[in-house]
Amino acid sequence: MKINVTINGQAHEADVEPRLLLVHLIRDVVGLTGTHVGCETSICGACTVHLNGRAVKSCTVLAVQANGAEVTTIEGLANNGQLHAVQEGFWECHGLQCGYCTPGMIMASCALLKDNPNPSEGEIRHGLEGNLCRCTGYQNIVESVKYAANKLQGA
Amino acid sequence: MIPANFDYHTPKTVAEAIGLLAEHGEDCKVLAGGHSLIPAMKLRLTQIPVLVDIGRISDLSHIKVDGSTIRIGAMTTHGAIAASADIKQHCPLLAECGAQVGDQQVRNRGTFGGSLVHADPAADWPAAALALNAELVLQSASGERVVKASDFFVDMLTTDVQPGELLTEIRIPVPAQPMASAYLKVPQAASGFAIVGVAVQLEMDGSTCKAVGIGITGLAPKAYRATAVEAALAGTTLDDATLSAAAAKADADASDAMGDIHASEDYRRHLTRVYAKRAVQTAAGRV
Amino acid sequence: MSFLAKYMGQRVKRTEDPRLIQGIGHYVDDIKLADTLHVVILRSQYAHARINSIDTSAAKAAPGVVAVYTGEDVAGKVGNVPCAGALPGLKVPKMPVLAQGKVFFVGHPVAAVVATDKYKARDAADLIEVDYDPLDVVSDGEAAAKPDSPVIHEDLGDNIAFQHSAGSGDVDAAFAAADRIVTQRLNHQRLAPISIEPRGVLAQYFRGEEQLNLWSSTQIPHLLRTQVAIMLGMAENKLRVITPEVGGGFGCKLNVYAEEALLGWIAMKVGKPVKWIEGRRENLQCTIHGRSQVGTVEVAVKNDGTLLGLKYNVTADLGAYHQLLTPAIPTLTGLMLAGCYKIPAIQMNCTGVFTNKMATDAYRGAGRPEATYLVERIMDRVAQELNMDPIELRQKNFIQANEFPYTTACGVTYDSGDYEAALAKAMELVDYKKLREEQSAARAAGRVMGIGVSTYVEICGMGPSGAMPAGGWESATVRVEPTGKVTVLTGISPHGQGEETSFAQIVGDMLGIDMNDVLVIHGDTSIVQYGIGTFGSRGLAVGGAALVCATEKVVKKAKALAAHLLGTGADSLSFENGKFVGAPDDRTLTIQEVALAAHTAASIPEDFEPGLSAQHFFEPKNFTYPSGTHICVVELDKDTGDIDIKRYVAVDDCGNQINPLIVQGQVHGGIAQGLAQALYEEVVYDENGQLITGELMDYAVPKAFQVPHYELDHAVTPTPVNPLGAKGVGEAGTIGSTPSIANAVLDALAPFGVQHIDLPLRPEKLWRAMNS
Repeated sequence: MKINVTINGQAHEADVEPRLLLVHLIRDVVGLTGTHVGCETSICGACTVHLNGRAVKSCTVLAVQANGAEVTTIEGLANNGQLHAVQEGFWECHGLQCGYCTPGMIMASCALLKDNPNPSEGEIRHGLEGNLCRCTGYQNIVESVKYAANKLQGA
Repeated sequence: MIPANFDYHTPKTVAEAIGLLAEHGEDCKVLAGGHSLIPAMKLRLTQIPVLVDIGRISDLSHIKVDGSTIRIGAMTTHGAIAASADIKQHCPLLAECGAQVGDQQVRNRGTFGGSLVHADPAADWPAAALALNAELVLQSASGERVVKASDFFVDMLTTDVQPGELLTEIRIPVPAQPMASAYLKVPQAASGFAIVGVAVQLEMDGSTCKAVGIGITGLAPKAYRATAVEAALAGTTLDDATLSAAAAKADADASDAMGDIHASEDYRRHLTRVYAKRAVQTAAGRV
Repeated sequence: MSFLAKYMGQRVKRTEDPRLIQGIGHYVDDIKLADTLHVVILRSQYAHARINSIDTSAAKAAPGVVAVYTGEDVAGKVGNVPCAGALPGLKVPKMPVLAQGKVFFVGHPVAAVVATDKYKARDAADLIEVDYDPLDVVSDGEAAAKPDSPVIHEDLGDNIAFQHSAGSGDVDAAFAAADRIVTQRLNHQRLAPISIEPRGVLAQYFRGEEQLNLWSSTQIPHLLRTQVAIMLGMAENKLRVITPEVGGGFGCKLNVYAEEALLGWIAMKVGKPVKWIEGRRENLQCTIHGRSQVGTVEVAVKNDGTLLGLKYNVTADLGAYHQLLTPAIPTLTGLMLAGCYKIPAIQMNCTGVFTNKMATDAYRGAGRPEATYLVERIMDRVAQELNMDPIELRQKNFIQANEFPYTTACGVTYDSGDYEAALAKAMELVDYKKLREEQSAARAAGRVMGIGVSTYVEICGMGPSGAMPAGGWESATVRVEPTGKVTVLTGISPHGQGEETSFAQIVGDMLGIDMNDVLVIHGDTSIVQYGIGTFGSRGLAVGGAALVCATEKVVKKAKALAAHLLGTGADSLSFENGKFVGAPDDRTLTIQEVALAAHTAASIPEDFEPGLSAQHFFEPKNFTYPSGTHICVVELDKDTGDIDIKRYVAVDDCGNQINPLIVQGQVHGGIAQGLAQALYEEVVYDENGQLITGELMDYAVPKAFQVPHYELDHAVTPTPVNPLGAKGVGEAGTIGSTPSIANAVLDALAPFGVQHIDLPLRPEKLWRAMNS
């Protein structure tokens, strides 16, 4: 089946099997490998991307469901080499260690801040319930999101 | 991680979808938000020859407050319901419940209708649908049928939806007077699904409980209406002794109790009683 | 040499991060080679069964399928999965990379499908017909040791893999002299490491060069190279192992897995690159598990709280076979049974048994969490029996700061420590005295509040080679390039620990250069000299020590050239903040200038080798022994058993810190994993050996809202074992936290007459304890 998906502002046409997962379209067909896969059951969130501006788990979306949609991946977050405030927060606050969950965690954090620009610590912790990190114990992720919230509010 | 192959259809209208369902019969399954179906397909717990994706039918995703009825399209996402100003105003129980389904990513894709039809015994929505006396609109080649939530859930992963039928809309009666409500849930530590979830819709007349709807999920193979508790609370002032006595019956209407490594049958029954009381108390505190 | 610590000791942001936060780093699955074939492995759904036949004909005929291999194909071609553990009388079952004749656990690899893409490979796997005869399943470790148990490996006679004893001192006399003996049976439940990146392998064979490249998500590239070369019967120097970004390890990638050798063999067979990426379900089935000991601890005490002796009789449920270090893990428990205390007599008897489950091996802490948990739990039980404050009991038995080095009855010599200092800080941070008052008030008001303390010491910085199965040293090369840029080649293999940053800090300071001019390369056996890898909290303590020594050698070499160029003797020069100073005419040379001169070699002393690099293999004289105090405050919901963690305070002493930002991150993550053991996680097999926790839907890795805010502080007692004085911090948080949480919950339950509940402390258990 022929589909058209705009990824990070660039239009992509692909002929895919209906069963192709969006994450595999992004990683294997388009070749953007920043979006990761960490589970099969929509728990870990490593595959989080934005689909028409909303955070989704791209391992639980068929590529054909994204036909005609706009997708933003971690690679599309920085603007002309300028890191997004959330990326900057993760760097400043040591919000990552191995980095594998990080793209999903950052995409989820961006979405969280879009809905709630000034979240409390509890709201951040609950807001990121769809993303697992095994390295950081989450505290510095919370700090990273707070950093980004402050920066985005100040901007 | 990889689903088996299937034929894929994207009807643009309900009529077209119903036609496909009629054509393919038991070989086909409806794809709504896909957040139960796609993981099951990836794990090859299920293999479906024909998938009818109803995500391209535009009039299935809506929230309309229509006089005395809230009409929610079956493809409305959990997140859209949780965030809807209309829902928050007219039916806060739905907003509170929707906000507790899955996580933000799941709420952006998973749908109200999909969850109800899947009828996972630990899903949140069935509890709210029962507490609210929701009506479910099913369309098929032979017309439209409206089923009460209390008749909809038949057994584990089984509903009253017949082959060829498509759930298109959920209708919730808007109460004549403001209601107080609560959805409280004990999430399973790993999956976030409800070990027990209790939805309460409370109608007060001064300090007296005029009527109450209580839906419970998680305990039994299917979500159920806690009619014994409802009866014990109606007409009372919800004092602590009455509440405790009523909540003690919270598991009485359960067809059976489920148990697993996360919570045994006994403990689930106990939590059901505890949370029934807490949910009613929470709702009463919001009057 | 002298330098200002411009970077060392500072919270320097990580240089690894820019690529990772932009999604442009490369993990194994991100590496795309042209014409790559994809491998899907068919695994046993039975815990124990005989394979009567495997019919691969339909799979072989399926679209896109290039080959299907079974145990028959690899027999005699690929060696068995290796075990480096060596214990007297150890039984080592043969573990081929694909099952031959029998399967021993759910997830046991049975066949490998090779196809042009992973979707087709997955489809074909469904077409393989395996005819099994299910056999009796051995699911319980203690039952496995009994004579009437079914035997898993018939050629080994029974299920007992080893019996191991440890400790010294007159235990019988200690118990005879005791006023009281306190006994507790404890279960250290089986856990799954769950790196968020599952395992993965990519193999590419160059037929002409006879070279095999193997990309693997591993913690030990060099050890893997050696072992896979042996398994494949090929020359070690024809095998190149590359570890790109590795998405977490926690010990589970400190191993040599069937798939690593299998993929190498398939690449050679099919002549194209082949890739296998583990799914999460596979990860739970066939990546190593951790812990899984059940045993009874007994202590002999005087009524004043003086500890006289400790006995621990334990069964270690090893799973169906040995992975690399399986039998070694329980022996680490035996090294640390003294904890922070002066216990004159200690005896451990451990029986390692085979069961029809995945193998256990090193998971964050690896044997030491078991020791700390049982020692700290029994300390609380003793305090309870003697009606003493648990902290007072600990203080009474502490090894004192002036008693180091201290050799325990377990036979290890603690390097340094000040247990009292960390404890005092932690007590101050939580205001312990006030907390106990609050607790009394809370109890009087009917609330269920508990305070848990754990004072831990662990063994890491692994380690002296004599005590390690495959070398405990570490290597570093420091090369100052002609332009003055510095290249570091380290034998460790960081996968989140941030040594690209902390090593650059060290070299930046020592050479007096911009740390951004230092490039740290790791994880490529064709570039980096042999090394041991990253595990056992050794990256900085051993690898960093090697780096310091190599850097010193570079400076020494540079000094000889500088003296020559400055026309003076080396003894008159000193190296200060990047410059050689002290020449009679006040001329100076920077390290960069010397480096250029060393490469142009136009004017060098007679015995000077051109170039400016040095290598050092550092052999530590001892392990290191980080320590600390964790205090946890909880409140329980009497009606539901829910736990609310009110405070979590950790004061850790990992010696000198090079990058406190990274140290803090390690402690945070460590605490979360220890907490996960205390409250949430457990690998559950049923009596048929079926894995109940086969997905993250059931195996409860904690989410952000399920862990508390951690309040951290630290104490510093440098280790004399290495030139950095750093002890290692990767595992300390995990080791210290589990018992503090368990003790807090059990302290809360004390008024209910509860003495102990096994982990994980699921709310249901606590509810039952409060309402029975």
